[in-house]
Amino acid sequence: MHEWALAEAVISTASDIAEKEGIKEVAEVKIKVGELQQIEMDILEFALSQLKTAKLKKARFSIEIMKAQLKCRVCGHKWIFMRENLDESTAEAIHFVPEIAHTYIKCPKCGSPDFEILQGRGIWLESIKGVK
Amino acid sequence: MVDPRMIIIEERLKETSNIIAVSSGKGGVGKSIIASTLALTLAKKGYKVGLFDLDFTSPSTHVILGVEDLKPREEKGIIPPQVHGLKYISIVYYSGEHALPLRGAAVSNALIELLAITRWGTLDFLVIDMPPGISDATLDIIRLVKRIKFLIVTTSSQLALETVRKLASLLRELEIPIIGVIENMKMKDSAFIQQRVEGKGITFWGEIPFDNDLEEAIGNVNRLLETIVAKKLTEAVSEYLKL
Repeated sequence: MHEWALAEAVISTASDIAEKEGIKEVAEVKIKVGELQQIEMDILEFALSQLKTAKLKKARFSIEIMKAQLKCRVCGHKWIFMRENLDESTAEAIHFVPEIAHTYIKCPKCGSPDFEILQGRGIWLESIKGVK
Repeated sequence: MVDPRMIIIEERLKETSNIIAVSSGKGGVGKSIIASTLALTLAKKGYKVGLFDLDFTSPSTHVILGVEDLKPREEKGIIPPQVHGLKYISIVYYSGEHALPLRGAAVSNALIELLAITRWGTLDFLVIDMPPGISDATLDIIRLVKRIKFLIVTTSSQLALETVRKLASLLRELEIPIIGVIENMKMKDSAFIQQRVEGKGITFWGEIPFDNDLEEAIGNVNRLLETIVAKKLTEAVSEYLKL
């Protein structure tokens, strides 16, 4: 249900951008969701539909899922985050705060926890379109 | 691309009347003890208080409060568990006993995430235990929490004061209110720190003598509330926060 908090953030931000850009009716909101946070898409979509403001009433939410790509700062190895490799409580901790990955995930090549998340961390609002 | 979390942070804190960051230029001056005891003291006076441990790489308030095996409840975000009358959030709910090695950008991201998803509800005070120094967490809290006020902790050492002076100067430059400076773990009778603090036009919240028995109160909130730290903080909040 933490998806509701993120959906609320998306709706507030989309409304804010629409206001600033003079969009009267939003037609489409493009969102990118990183796999590292393991967001439940059904819940996110439901929350977005329930939280829609008047300006967003007719908006379609287009959600693109991004693979989470990690890169070791020590040896330079790049790899893709796989949820399947984690136990339930670890996956849940990363779901709430993706940076917790630095506690539980190590570089598969050299074992370092010092890696960067190149892409696929959390949720991003890519663009909004609508009638001005 | 826009990070949608930023806009929701003020919303999450809109029912919080006062937000106090307990900070210092140096580590080891007793920030976490002061932050925890301040939060408990305010709660004991009947206020609704939250405590947020923002020292992600070296959290310790959970040890001071004796917190074990707790997790926030999930309800359209996360709901802070009640700990000794405080709404309490720490990264240890998720990192557990393990080390959490984070670089600056990751500290910022974790901080933004927790501020964006935590539903504090109505609070009279949110006390934030800051990590030492003036790097990412301090800059982020100033950037993201517009109503933040700082309570600065120093020891009697010139070394601590030197870093506190820089922290205070930065806050002044950014027009961030400093509610006071506390001189902690005082061992010798000297007005050196008080004079320097007051000389800068900052309220001196008083001095807390070094307490040999404080270590035994760690993890035991009732004992902690009987320490000289709690007594001094009770006096200080009465006088300087007018409570």
